[in-house]
Amino acid sequence: MDKIQQDLLEQIAGIHEIPEGAYSLRINGSLHGKNSSENIEIVKKEDKPGIDIYIKPGTKNESVHIPVILSQTGLKELVYNDFHIGEDCDVTIVAGCGIHNGGSEDSEHSGIHSFFVSKNAKCKYIEKHYGEGDGNGRNLMNPTTYVEMAEGSYMEMETAQIKGVDSTKRVTAAKLMENATLVVREKIMTHGEQYAETEFDVELNGDGSGTHVISRAVAKDNSKQKFVSRIKGNSKCSGHTECDAIIMDQATVAAIPEILAVNPEASLIHEAAIGKIAGEQLIKLMTLGLTEKEAEEEIVNGFLR
Amino acid sequence: MLELKNVSYSVGDKQILKNIDLEISDRFVAITGPNGSGKSTLAKLVAGIITPTEGKIYFDGKDITDMSVTDRARSGISFAFQQPVRFKGITVKHLLSLAAGKKTSVSEACEYLSEVGLCAKDYINREVNASLSGGELKRIEIAMINARGTSLSVFDEPEAGIDLWSFNNLIKVFEKMHERTHGTIMIISHQERILNIADKIVVLAGGEVVEYGEKEKVFPKLMDVRASCRFAGNS
Repeated sequence: MDKIQQDLLEQIAGIHEIPEGAYSLRINGSLHGKNSSENIEIVKKEDKPGIDIYIKPGTKNESVHIPVILSQTGLKELVYNDFHIGEDCDVTIVAGCGIHNGGSEDSEHSGIHSFFVSKNAKCKYIEKHYGEGDGNGRNLMNPTTYVEMAEGSYMEMETAQIKGVDSTKRVTAAKLMENATLVVREKIMTHGEQYAETEFDVELNGDGSGTHVISRAVAKDNSKQKFVSRIKGNSKCSGHTECDAIIMDQATVAAIPEILAVNPEASLIHEAAIGKIAGEQLIKLMTLGLTEKEAEEEIVNGFLR
Repeated sequence: MLELKNVSYSVGDKQILKNIDLEISDRFVAITGPNGSGKSTLAKLVAGIITPTEGKIYFDGKDITDMSVTDRARSGISFAFQQPVRFKGITVKHLLSLAAGKKTSVSEACEYLSEVGLCAKDYINREVNASLSGGELKRIEIAMINARGTSLSVFDEPEAGIDLWSFNNLIKVFEKMHERTHGTIMIISHQERILNIADKIVVLAGGEVVEYGEKEKVFPKLMDVRASCRFAGNS
């Protein structure tokens, strides 16, 4: 790994070197290295790019790192990663993609992730997207995530796109069985001419299932964002979607929540709020001695914390 | 010392404050008066949130009339809002650090919080968001002024929303604050008990100063007015 690749790895996974335990590291369109552990097996797909990750039933407190790094300009790839999480597991999966595009051609990484979360399993999925580069080429990322959750399973998804991704369209679709719970926390910041679109489609099929889909977004400069969140209550379930966005400069944000209750016992809520930073927040911090710009930074950083 | 010279403030045709002349240098100065008399406007003028349409404001002999909120804060003016502001994602400890102008240690943060009657360990990592009640926010607001420790602290109705227990403590907080800063504490209030600890009282009515003087002189007059109102109300 060179310096640029190490820096990208640091940005998306908080690590400098090859991670310990189970991992798969993809650099510039090919598998750079992978390692299985006793309970977590990583198998390269034969028919298409990507990997299968098998986590043995009952695996507790273990994690898998699957970072992707692109530092070669003009590279476009589509990768399929499937996660098979066994019954009664309690695991953390850390994914992420970092692009350094120093050239004039577009770089693109699109990942299609499928999660099969077995009965009573618990899974935390953390994903960071980051882009940088001094060329004119754009950094594009289009992740798609499918989640199938069996009875009593629990999944938490934390996704963050804080900087440097010029265009993104993120699609997440989930189906939940009895007593399954899905919590999604998304953070997005766009600047310059960037565009970000996220779409959630959650079907609550089993009684006692529930979801929270929470998005915090900051749009600066001329950037544009669109947030679509659909929750379908097919059972005695509870669903909640929330989009909270700060707009600055000439940015625009659209929030389109859609809740559909098919079962009369479904309880669904949507909330959406878009606005600039409240003047009183800026003034309060200024009365503590911060400049307007410092106050703005504190508010945005806190909001995306 | 704070000095207002012939300060007026208008919005459109409506004059909210008229020719205010005040010299404030005592330990505790209470500002009181009926609703709409211009008390909060006066506080905002001092903090720099609004600027007078006429007149000058001096702080420690320096003309601060056109100084920004930030620069006034840095030169030693603090302002506790009547309605504290919420911040999603910013913790109580971080806000105290911003107020103190340096990274606050856990023990320092705890000290500021326990002084206002909050059990510190329950609060330092809480976000200053809608999960905090109005009374809790109000106390955190006061703790922030404590963390700043400036020579002039202005409180806009600090007692509003605070329960009876905290009331006596509130007065202690002000006394301790003064011991530390040796500065001036200006308190906008309707509360007799707060007026009673003031060295001087300013009475505003209709945007004008109608009384300003030693508590011993002003306080009895205020009580007389209140008593006669009550009497009139009963008859």
